[in-house]
Amino acid sequence: MNIHAIRAIYLFEMARTWRTLLQSIVSPVISTSLYFVVFGAAIGSRITEIEGISYGAFIVPGLIMLSLLTQSIANASFGIYFPKFTGTIYELLSAPISFVEIVVSYVGAAATKSIILGLIILATAALFVPLRIAHPIWMLVFLVLTSVTFSLFGFIIGIWADGFEKLQIVPLLVITPLTFLGGSFYSINMLPPFWQTVTLFNPVVYLVSGFRWSFYDQADVPIGVSVAMTLVFLSLCIGIVAWMFRTGYKLKS
Amino acid sequence: MRGFLTDSDHPNYATVAADCGINESLPSAERFHKVTNMQPIISISNVSKTYKGGFQALKGIDLDIRRGEIFALLGPNGAGKTTLISIICGIVTASTGKILADGHDIVQDYRAARSKIGLVPQELTTDAFETVFDTVSFSRGLFGKPRNPAHIEKVLRALSLWDKRNNKIMTLSGGMKRRVLIAKALSHEPQILFLDEPTAGVDVELRRDMWNMVRDLRETGVTIILTTHYIEEAEEMADRIGVINGGELILVENKAELMRKLGKKELLLHLDQPLTSIPSSLAAFDLHLRADGHELIYVYDTQSERTGITTLLRGLAEEGVRFRDLETRQSSLEDIFINLVKDRT
Repeated sequence: MNIHAIRAIYLFEMARTWRTLLQSIVSPVISTSLYFVVFGAAIGSRITEIEGISYGAFIVPGLIMLSLLTQSIANASFGIYFPKFTGTIYELLSAPISFVEIVVSYVGAAATKSIILGLIILATAALFVPLRIAHPIWMLVFLVLTSVTFSLFGFIIGIWADGFEKLQIVPLLVITPLTFLGGSFYSINMLPPFWQTVTLFNPVVYLVSGFRWSFYDQADVPIGVSVAMTLVFLSLCIGIVAWMFRTGYKLKS
Repeated sequence: MRGFLTDSDHPNYATVAADCGINESLPSAERFHKVTNMQPIISISNVSKTYKGGFQALKGIDLDIRRGEIFALLGPNGAGKTTLISIICGIVTASTGKILADGHDIVQDYRAARSKIGLVPQELTTDAFETVFDTVSFSRGLFGKPRNPAHIEKVLRALSLWDKRNNKIMTLSGGMKRRVLIAKALSHEPQILFLDEPTAGVDVELRRDMWNMVRDLRETGVTIILTTHYIEEAEEMADRIGVINGGELILVENKAELMRKLGKKELLLHLDQPLTSIPSSLAAFDLHLRADGHELIYVYDTQSERTGITTLLRGLAEEGVRFRDLETRQSSLEDIFINLVKDRT
């Protein structure tokens, strides 16, 4: 195990976060605060409670999940795409480092950033709404699992993308709509039965539901199913990354 | 840019030399010439590369690089030089063949093989937003070495980069960026250094500096493989030269031997009176007139049993052709290279 290489890449990626603090941390926190103002205060004042929880508090897990998903993908995809774009990927490919070590360092750094961000947003939310966390350990498990899974997904996008446009396509056209339609701002029980069934094909539903359960002990789908679906998606991403490295897909000719 | 790393910075070389019974008290250059005769540090067997589109970039390359030498790989653009280097370094996958770096298979035992190798790429590919010190330290970690600020300082000082250590790379000139790439490649104390077109686009002064640096590095035991299409560079630097064209290694030879074998010489006679044509009695000689008939050039092969100079001079005297001065000139490596490549196309 090339520990020095993992450390070097991890610290290099984290240094980029601190260097770009405004984009990496401040910007998502401001965006999320705006969601609280708009949905929590303006719209939320007209919605009393959902399943016994005030609307402002109800949307907190969904909003954290929205940031986790988008930031994990953005961080990891940019982290591996940028060396491809600048050409410095040559150094990574010629170094005595295994593919597993490359993934651990890049995905580890991206997931770390997302977790820090998630916790900052959680702290920010506590300023706006009264929060309680029923299952703190499970809350952390979901936070870490989601960050790692979607950082892996972002890593895949970063290897696949051959232009900055492609880096944006999946987060904008797939992830954001799935998150908005995944129960971030409402309970899927509020939908007509047909759309409730359709929604179950959206993987984000399971993440949001599980995460919300860790806060309020209430879920749209059983918690076991949420964990299982997250693990399935994680395994799928690991499988794709393994295939990419085995074949050298878009990395080695 | 003199006074590069000392022998003590390369314990691996010292070990190899000791293992081979080479006296450590000998001057370093002499030691390396002795080391040269040992097992190759890079062994390339039957390496071919065919890209997805069907383009065959390399065709069955066999080549041994000797420990401690400077090997120049010469070839026109698209000859396969960078592909070969990229395969050895792990950036490109070979279609067939086997490569050993210091006895380690570059695929099966890639960690050991790659840790011995440093690569300076042709393109100026750098992390624009990083500082010089950080990016060089990053490279050291990437190659599995613990932090060693003292070594990084030594490398940066040797490359005249120490004053720029806190500068972001984006603020450096092209020449400085090239030095940063060399510093990155040397950060993990490699035994083998690949320089892919190291002086492409750099000014004359920096080119001279680089050549001095390469010589200094060789003195510390680093084996250097450089690709270039500047013939002058190979002529100036290399111990051995390989010529690659169309994916095939046409020739590998000691530089001096190559120039001796394939070199032609020119005899230039400055005539007293200009000639309008070559006298018919001298038609058998390879003669050319230049400078409006004031200069007569005779091209001869130094390897042939008789150069024909005596007969030519006698013939000229018989024809009454007198000359004021004469000089001879060895054909350059460039002439040899052009002839080699031309013969193959």
